[in-house]
Amino acid sequence: MTVRKNQASLTSDEKRRFVAAVLQLKRSGRYDAFVTTHNGFILGDTDNGERTGHRSPSFLPWHRRFLLEFERALQAVDASVALPYWDWSTDRSPRSSLWAPDFLGGSGRSRDGQVMDGPFAASAGGWAVNVRVDGRGYLRRALGAGVRELPTRAEVESVLSMATYDMAPWNSGSDGFRNHLEGWRGVNLHNRVHVWVGGQMATGVSPNDPVFWLHHAYIDKLWAQWQRRHPGSAYLPGGGTPDVVDLHETMKPWNDTTPADLLDHTAHYTFDTD
Amino acid sequence: MPELSRRRALTAAAAVTGAALVAVPAARADDHQHDSHGSPDSFDEVYKGRRIQGRPTEGGGHHHGGGYGVYVDGVELHVMRNADGTWISVVSHYDPVPTPRAAARAAVDELQGARLVPFPVG
Repeated sequence: MTVRKNQASLTSDEKRRFVAAVLQLKRSGRYDAFVTTHNGFILGDTDNGERTGHRSPSFLPWHRRFLLEFERALQAVDASVALPYWDWSTDRSPRSSLWAPDFLGGSGRSRDGQVMDGPFAASAGGWAVNVRVDGRGYLRRALGAGVRELPTRAEVESVLSMATYDMAPWNSGSDGFRNHLEGWRGVNLHNRVHVWVGGQMATGVSPNDPVFWLHHAYIDKLWAQWQRRHPGSAYLPGGGTPDVVDLHETMKPWNDTTPADLLDHTAHYTFDTD
Repeated sequence: MPELSRRRALTAAAAVTGAALVAVPAARADDHQHDSHGSPDSFDEVYKGRRIQGRPTEGGGHHHGGGYGVYVDGVELHVMRNADGTWISVVSHYDPVPTPRAAARAAVDELQGARLVPFPVG
Protein backbone atom coordinates (compact mmCIF):
# COMPACT_ATOMS: atom_id res chain seq x y z
CA MET A 1 0.00 0.00 0.00
CA THR A 2 1.25 3.44 -0.93
CA VAL A 3 2.01 5.71 2.02
CA ARG A 4 2.33 9.40 1.24
CA LYS A 5 4.82 11.03 3.59
CA ASN A 6 5.62 14.56 4.61
CA GLN A 7 8.52 15.66 2.38
CA ALA A 8 10.35 16.96 5.45
CA SER A 9 10.69 13.45 6.86
CA LEU A 10 11.93 11.66 3.73
CA THR A 11 15.25 9.85 3.99
CA SER A 12 17.96 10.78 1.52
CA ASP A 13 17.37 7.47 -0.23
CA GLU A 14 13.65 8.25 -0.62
CA LYS A 15 14.47 11.67 -2.04
CA ARG A 16 16.97 10.16 -4.46
CA ARG A 17 14.46 7.58 -5.70
CA PHE A 18 11.67 10.12 -6.10
CA VAL A 19 13.91 12.47 -8.09
CA ALA A 20 15.23 9.65 -10.28
CA ALA A 21 11.71 8.44 -11.10
CA VAL A 22 10.56 11.97 -11.99
CA LEU A 23 13.59 12.44 -14.24
CA GLN A 24 12.90 9.12 -15.93
CA LEU A 25 9.29 10.14 -16.67
CA LYS A 26 10.71 13.33 -18.17
CA ARG A 27 13.14 11.41 -20.36
CA SER A 28 10.41 9.10 -21.61
CA GLY A 29 8.12 11.99 -22.57
CA ARG A 30 5.39 10.91 -20.19
CA TYR A 31 5.97 13.82 -17.84
CA ASP A 32 5.18 16.48 -20.40
CA ALA A 33 1.85 14.85 -21.20
CA PHE A 34 0.77 15.67 -17.64
CA VAL A 35 1.74 19.32 -18.13
CA THR A 36 -0.22 19.47 -21.38
CA THR A 37 -3.31 17.95 -19.77
CA HIS A 38 -3.20 20.40 -16.87
CA ASN A 39 -2.82 23.45 -19.09
CA GLY A 40 -5.67 22.27 -21.28
CA PHE A 41 -8.00 22.29 -18.30
CA ILE A 42 -6.62 25.61 -17.01
CA LEU A 43 -7.50 27.17 -20.36
CA GLY A 44 -10.83 25.40 -20.67
CA ASP A 45 -12.34 25.69 -17.18
CA THR A 46 -14.44 28.87 -16.98
CA ASP A 47 -16.73 30.35 -14.34
CA ASN A 48 -19.72 30.57 -16.67
CA GLY A 49 -19.06 27.52 -18.81
CA GLU A 50 -17.97 23.93 -18.43
CA ARG A 51 -15.54 23.58 -15.52
CA THR A 52 -13.91 20.43 -14.26
CA GLY A 53 -10.32 20.70 -13.09
CA HIS A 54 -10.45 24.12 -11.47
CA ARG A 55 -12.83 26.76 -10.09
CA SER A 56 -15.48 24.12 -9.49
CA PRO A 57 -16.47 21.43 -6.96
CA SER A 58 -14.49 18.79 -8.87
CA PHE A 59 -11.22 20.71 -8.32
CA LEU A 60 -10.46 18.29 -5.46
CA PRO A 61 -11.46 14.91 -6.97
CA TRP A 62 -10.00 15.94 -10.37
CA HIS A 63 -6.60 16.65 -8.84
CA ARG A 64 -6.83 13.52 -6.68
CA ARG A 65 -7.21 11.43 -9.84
CA PHE A 66 -4.56 13.46 -11.71
CA LEU A 67 -2.07 12.82 -8.88
CA LEU A 68 -2.99 9.13 -8.80
CA GLU A 69 -2.18 8.88 -12.50
CA PHE A 70 1.15 10.58 -11.93
CA GLU A 71 1.97 8.46 -8.88
CA ARG A 72 1.19 5.26 -10.81
CA ALA A 73 3.50 6.44 -13.58
CA LEU A 74 6.25 7.00 -11.02
CA GLN A 75 5.63 3.57 -9.53
CA ALA A 76 5.94 1.96 -12.94
CA VAL A 77 9.51 3.30 -12.87
CA ASP A 78 10.21 2.53 -9.21
CA ALA A 79 7.56 0.68 -7.21
CA SER A 80 8.91 2.01 -3.90
CA VAL A 81 8.09 5.64 -4.74
CA ALA A 82 5.07 7.49 -3.34
CA LEU A 83 4.16 11.15 -3.75
CA PRO A 84 5.39 13.19 -0.81
CA TYR A 85 3.41 16.19 0.39
CA TRP A 86 4.61 19.69 1.28
CA ASP A 87 2.97 21.19 4.35
CA TRP A 88 3.68 24.80 3.42
CA SER A 89 2.04 26.02 6.63
CA THR A 90 4.98 24.45 8.52
CA ASP A 91 7.86 24.44 6.01
CA ARG A 92 7.35 28.05 5.02
CA SER A 93 10.85 29.28 4.22
CA PRO A 94 13.01 29.24 1.08
CA ARG A 95 15.59 27.68 3.44
CA SER A 96 13.43 24.59 3.98
CA SER A 97 15.10 21.27 3.13
CA LEU A 98 12.53 20.93 0.33
CA TRP A 99 14.55 23.49 -1.65
CA ALA A 100 17.97 21.95 -1.00
CA PRO A 101 20.15 20.77 -3.92
CA ASP A 102 19.55 17.10 -3.00
CA PHE A 103 15.81 17.47 -3.56
CA LEU A 104 14.01 20.15 -5.59
CA GLY A 105 16.74 22.81 -5.72
CA GLY A 106 16.22 26.41 -4.66
CA SER A 107 14.86 29.70 -5.91
CA GLY A 108 15.78 31.27 -9.24
CA ARG A 109 18.50 33.85 -9.70
CA SER A 110 17.28 37.44 -9.82
CA ARG A 111 18.29 38.21 -13.40
CA ASP A 112 16.00 35.76 -15.16
CA GLY A 113 14.45 33.54 -12.48
CA GLN A 114 16.48 30.54 -13.58
CA VAL A 115 16.88 27.77 -10.99
CA MET A 116 20.62 27.16 -10.74
CA ASP A 117 20.93 24.16 -8.41
CA GLY A 118 19.37 20.77 -7.81
CA PRO A 119 18.38 18.01 -10.23
CA PHE A 120 15.85 20.17 -12.13
CA ALA A 121 18.18 23.07 -12.95
CA ALA A 122 18.66 23.55 -16.69
CA SER A 123 22.41 23.08 -16.17
CA ALA A 124 21.82 19.54 -14.84
CA GLY A 125 20.68 18.62 -18.33
CA GLY A 126 17.59 16.56 -17.56
CA TRP A 127 14.84 19.12 -17.27
CA ALA A 128 13.91 20.95 -20.46
CA VAL A 129 10.69 22.95 -20.13
CA ASN A 130 8.98 21.93 -23.35
CA VAL A 131 5.31 22.60 -22.70
CA ARG A 132 5.43 26.34 -22.17
CA VAL A 133 3.60 29.60 -22.51
CA ASP A 134 6.67 31.71 -23.26
CA GLY A 135 10.03 31.34 -24.94
CA ARG A 136 12.00 30.26 -21.90
CA GLY A 137 12.96 26.60 -21.76
CA TYR A 138 14.42 26.48 -18.25
CA LEU A 139 12.81 25.99 -14.85
CA ARG A 140 12.16 29.27 -13.06
CA ARG A 141 11.17 30.18 -9.50
CA ALA A 142 11.00 33.32 -7.37
CA LEU A 143 10.27 31.96 -3.90
CA GLY A 144 8.42 34.54 -1.82
CA ALA A 145 8.58 37.30 -4.46
CA GLY A 146 5.03 37.28 -5.84
CA VAL A 147 3.58 37.14 -2.33
CA ARG A 148 5.59 37.38 0.87
CA GLU A 149 4.00 34.79 3.10
CA LEU A 150 2.73 31.27 2.70
CA PRO A 151 -0.54 30.50 4.49
CA THR A 152 -0.31 29.95 8.24
CA ARG A 153 -1.66 27.02 10.22
CA ALA A 154 -4.35 29.30 11.67
CA GLU A 155 -5.48 30.22 8.14
CA VAL A 156 -5.59 26.53 7.21
CA GLU A 157 -7.67 25.84 10.33
CA SER A 158 -10.12 28.61 9.46
CA VAL A 159 -10.80 26.94 6.11
CA LEU A 160 -10.97 23.40 7.52
CA SER A 161 -13.68 24.63 9.89
CA MET A 162 -16.07 25.39 7.01
CA ALA A 163 -18.74 22.70 7.13
CA THR A 164 -20.22 23.06 3.62
CA TYR A 165 -18.22 21.45 0.83
CA ASP A 166 -19.20 23.86 -1.93
CA MET A 167 -22.02 26.21 -2.86
CA ALA A 168 -23.78 27.67 -5.87
CA PRO A 169 -22.75 29.15 -8.25
CA TRP A 170 -20.09 26.39 -8.02
CA ASN A 171 -17.26 28.53 -9.35
CA SER A 172 -14.63 31.08 -8.28
CA GLY A 173 -17.37 33.16 -6.68
CA SER A 174 -18.56 30.42 -4.32
CA ASP A 175 -18.52 30.42 -0.55
CA GLY A 176 -17.69 27.16 1.27
CA PHE A 177 -14.72 24.88 1.86
CA ARG A 178 -13.67 24.04 -1.71
CA ASN A 179 -13.35 27.61 -2.98
CA HIS A 180 -11.61 28.82 0.17
CA LEU A 181 -9.15 25.96 -0.10
CA GLU A 182 -8.67 26.62 -3.81
CA GLY A 183 -8.17 30.27 -2.93
CA TRP A 184 -10.36 32.38 -5.20
CA ARG A 185 -12.09 33.64 -2.08
CA GLY A 186 -11.03 34.44 1.47
CA VAL A 187 -7.59 33.88 3.05
CA ASN A 188 -6.44 32.06 -0.13
CA LEU A 189 -4.59 28.79 0.40
CA HIS A 190 -3.89 26.82 -2.82
CA ASN A 191 -3.65 29.73 -5.27
CA ARG A 192 -1.36 31.71 -2.96
CA VAL A 193 1.16 28.86 -2.79
CA HIS A 194 1.40 28.82 -6.60
CA VAL A 195 2.07 32.58 -6.53
CA TRP A 196 4.63 32.27 -3.69
CA VAL A 197 6.71 29.74 -5.67
CA GLY A 198 6.56 31.88 -8.83
CA GLY A 199 8.08 30.93 -12.18
CA GLN A 200 6.18 28.23 -14.06
CA MET A 201 4.25 27.42 -10.86
CA ALA A 202 2.39 30.73 -11.27
CA THR A 203 1.23 29.81 -14.79
CA GLY A 204 -1.09 27.36 -16.48
CA VAL A 205 1.86 25.04 -17.09
CA SER A 206 2.56 24.81 -13.35
CA PRO A 207 3.29 21.03 -13.35
CA ASN A 208 6.58 21.91 -15.08
CA ASP A 209 7.86 22.40 -11.53
CA PRO A 210 7.96 19.09 -9.62
CA VAL A 211 6.82 20.95 -6.49
CA PHE A 212 3.39 21.03 -8.15
CA TRP A 213 2.85 17.41 -7.08
CA LEU A 214 3.97 18.01 -3.48
CA HIS A 215 1.74 21.08 -3.21
CA HIS A 216 -1.29 19.24 -4.55
CA ALA A 217 -0.57 16.18 -2.42
CA TYR A 218 -0.94 18.47 0.60
CA ILE A 219 -4.11 20.12 -0.76
CA ASP A 220 -5.41 16.56 -1.19
CA LYS A 221 -4.45 15.73 2.40
CA LEU A 222 -6.35 18.81 3.61
CA TRP A 223 -9.45 17.49 1.82
CA ALA A 224 -9.04 14.20 3.73
CA GLN A 225 -8.62 16.11 7.00
CA TRP A 226 -11.74 18.12 6.23
CA GLN A 227 -13.73 14.91 5.65
CA ARG A 228 -12.68 13.55 9.04
CA ARG A 229 -13.63 16.79 10.70
CA HIS A 230 -17.05 16.95 9.02
CA PRO A 231 -18.24 13.34 8.63
CA GLY A 232 -21.79 14.54 7.97
CA SER A 233 -20.77 16.84 5.10
CA ALA A 234 -20.92 15.48 1.56
CA TYR A 235 -19.53 16.40 -1.84
CA LEU A 236 -21.89 18.84 -3.54
CA PRO A 237 -23.73 19.24 -5.87
CA GLY A 238 -25.64 15.98 -5.79
CA GLY A 239 -27.07 16.11 -9.30
CA GLY A 240 -28.52 17.99 -12.23
CA THR A 241 -26.08 20.92 -12.34
CA PRO A 242 -25.22 22.22 -15.85
CA ASP A 243 -21.49 22.63 -16.64
CA VAL A 244 -20.52 21.22 -13.22
CA VAL A 245 -19.47 17.65 -12.28
CA ASP A 246 -22.12 16.27 -9.90
CA LEU A 247 -21.36 13.55 -7.37
CA HIS A 248 -22.15 10.64 -9.70
CA GLU A 249 -21.11 12.20 -13.00
CA THR A 250 -17.93 11.09 -14.77
CA MET A 251 -15.01 13.49 -15.10
CA LYS A 252 -13.00 14.38 -18.17
CA PRO A 253 -10.45 13.46 -19.41
CA TRP A 254 -10.80 9.95 -17.95
CA ASN A 255 -14.58 9.57 -18.37
CA ASP A 256 -14.53 6.45 -16.19
CA THR A 257 -14.50 7.91 -12.71
CA THR A 258 -16.84 10.11 -10.67
CA PRO A 259 -16.26 12.29 -7.61
CA ALA A 260 -18.11 9.58 -5.63
CA ASP A 261 -15.43 7.06 -6.66
CA LEU A 262 -12.68 9.28 -5.30
CA LEU A 263 -14.03 10.40 -1.94
CA ASP A 264 -12.15 7.73 0.03
CA HIS A 265 -8.42 8.13 -0.49
CA THR A 266 -7.63 5.00 1.57
CA ALA A 267 -8.69 2.85 -1.39
CA HIS A 268 -5.52 4.09 -3.11
CA TYR A 269 -3.04 5.32 -0.47
CA THR A 270 -2.75 6.41 3.11
CA PHE A 271 -0.93 9.29 4.72
CA ASP A 272 1.87 8.93 7.23
CA THR A 273 -0.48 10.57 9.74
CA ASP A 274 -3.49 8.28 9.09
CA MET B 1 3.53 41.03 -8.23
CA PRO B 2 7.17 40.81 -9.21
CA GLU B 3 9.71 42.79 -7.26
CA LEU B 4 10.26 45.23 -10.11
CA SER B 5 8.16 48.34 -9.98
CA ARG B 6 6.46 49.46 -13.14
CA ARG B 7 8.60 52.56 -13.34
CA ARG B 8 11.83 50.67 -12.90
CA ALA B 9 11.20 49.35 -16.33
CA LEU B 10 13.53 46.84 -17.86
CA THR B 11 13.58 49.09 -20.93
CA ALA B 12 15.91 48.17 -23.70
CA ALA B 13 18.12 45.65 -21.97
CA ALA B 14 15.54 42.97 -21.51
CA ALA B 15 13.01 44.01 -24.07
CA VAL B 16 14.10 41.75 -26.86
CA THR B 17 10.90 41.06 -28.68
CA GLY B 18 11.25 38.78 -31.63
CA ALA B 19 14.05 40.22 -33.74
CA ALA B 20 13.57 43.83 -32.73
CA LEU B 21 15.21 45.59 -29.84
CA VAL B 22 12.61 48.06 -28.68
CA ALA B 23 13.70 50.95 -26.51
CA VAL B 24 10.62 52.85 -25.41
CA PRO B 25 9.92 54.31 -21.98
CA ALA B 26 7.42 52.60 -19.73
CA ALA B 27 3.68 53.03 -19.98
CA ARG B 28 2.74 56.13 -21.84
CA ALA B 29 -1.00 55.80 -22.09
CA ASP B 30 -3.23 57.25 -19.41
CA ASP B 31 -4.89 54.56 -17.42
CA HIS B 32 -8.43 55.88 -17.53
CA GLN B 33 -10.03 52.54 -18.18
CA HIS B 34 -13.36 51.72 -16.66
CA ASP B 35 -14.37 48.18 -16.00
CA SER B 36 -17.98 48.66 -16.91
CA HIS B 37 -20.67 46.05 -16.71
CA GLY B 38 -20.12 45.20 -20.34
CA SER B 39 -16.84 44.54 -22.05
CA PRO B 40 -13.92 46.63 -20.76
CA ASP B 41 -12.57 49.50 -22.86
CA SER B 42 -9.88 48.90 -25.43
CA PHE B 43 -6.32 49.87 -24.62
CA ASP B 44 -3.07 50.21 -26.51
CA GLU B 45 0.19 51.20 -24.87
CA VAL B 46 3.86 50.41 -24.60
CA TYR B 47 4.65 49.01 -21.18
CA LYS B 48 8.25 48.20 -20.26
CA GLY B 49 9.16 48.21 -23.91
CA ARG B 50 6.37 45.83 -24.96
CA ARG B 51 3.26 46.79 -26.89
CA ILE B 52 0.18 45.63 -25.02
CA GLN B 53 -3.30 45.87 -26.49
CA GLY B 54 -6.74 44.86 -25.43
CA ARG B 55 -10.00 44.99 -27.29
CA PRO B 56 -13.41 43.39 -27.52
CA THR B 57 -13.40 40.52 -30.00
CA GLU B 58 -16.09 39.34 -32.35
CA GLY B 59 -17.44 36.16 -30.88
CA GLY B 60 -14.18 34.23 -30.89
CA GLY B 61 -14.90 30.71 -29.73
CA HIS B 62 -11.88 30.35 -27.45
CA HIS B 63 -12.14 33.68 -25.67
CA HIS B 64 -12.90 32.99 -22.07
CA GLY B 65 -12.43 36.65 -21.30
CA GLY B 66 -15.98 37.03 -22.49
CA GLY B 67 -15.23 38.30 -25.96
CA TYR B 68 -12.14 40.29 -25.02
CA GLY B 69 -8.68 39.75 -26.49
CA VAL B 70 -5.33 40.79 -25.01
CA TYR B 71 -2.10 40.91 -27.05
CA VAL B 72 1.58 41.30 -26.17
CA ASP B 73 3.64 42.41 -29.16
CA GLY B 74 0.83 41.14 -31.32
CA VAL B 75 0.67 37.64 -29.83
CA GLU B 76 -2.58 36.80 -28.10
CA LEU B 77 -2.33 36.29 -24.35
CA HIS B 78 -4.94 33.89 -23.01
CA VAL B 79 -6.97 35.81 -20.43
CA MET B 80 -10.03 34.91 -18.43
CA ARG B 81 -12.57 36.94 -16.51
CA ASN B 82 -13.48 35.68 -13.05
CA ALA B 83 -16.98 35.67 -11.60
CA ASP B 84 -16.19 38.74 -9.48
CA GLY B 85 -15.00 40.74 -12.51
CA THR B 86 -11.26 40.28 -11.87
CA TRP B 87 -8.91 38.93 -14.54
CA ILE B 88 -6.15 36.37 -14.87
CA SER B 89 -3.92 35.24 -17.71
CA VAL B 90 -2.20 31.98 -18.50
CA VAL B 91 1.18 33.37 -17.35
CA SER B 92 -0.25 34.67 -14.08
CA HIS B 93 -3.03 32.24 -13.53
CA TYR B 94 -3.45 32.17 -9.76
CA ASP B 95 -3.27 35.90 -9.03
CA PRO B 96 -6.35 37.90 -10.08
CA VAL B 97 -5.98 41.58 -11.02
CA PRO B 98 -8.72 44.19 -11.56
CA THR B 99 -8.58 44.76 -15.33
CA PRO B 100 -7.39 43.17 -18.58
CA ARG B 101 -4.78 45.94 -18.82
CA ALA B 102 -3.46 44.95 -15.40
CA ALA B 103 -3.34 41.33 -16.59
CA ALA B 104 -1.35 42.40 -19.66
CA ARG B 105 1.08 44.39 -17.50
CA ALA B 106 1.43 41.47 -15.09
CA ALA B 107 2.24 39.27 -18.08
CA VAL B 108 4.95 41.68 -19.26
CA ASP B 109 6.40 41.71 -15.73
CA GLU B 110 6.40 37.91 -15.68
CA LEU B 111 7.86 37.54 -19.17
CA GLN B 112 11.00 39.63 -18.40
CA GLY B 113 11.42 40.24 -22.10
CA ALA B 114 10.68 36.69 -23.27
CA ARG B 115 8.37 36.16 -26.20
CA LEU B 116 4.89 34.80 -25.65
CA VAL B 117 4.02 31.47 -27.24
CA PRO B 118 0.69 31.63 -29.08
CA PHE B 119 -1.79 29.33 -27.41
CA PRO B 120 -3.30 26.56 -29.47
CA VAL B 121 -6.61 27.36 -31.08
CA GLY B 122 -9.34 24.76 -31.28
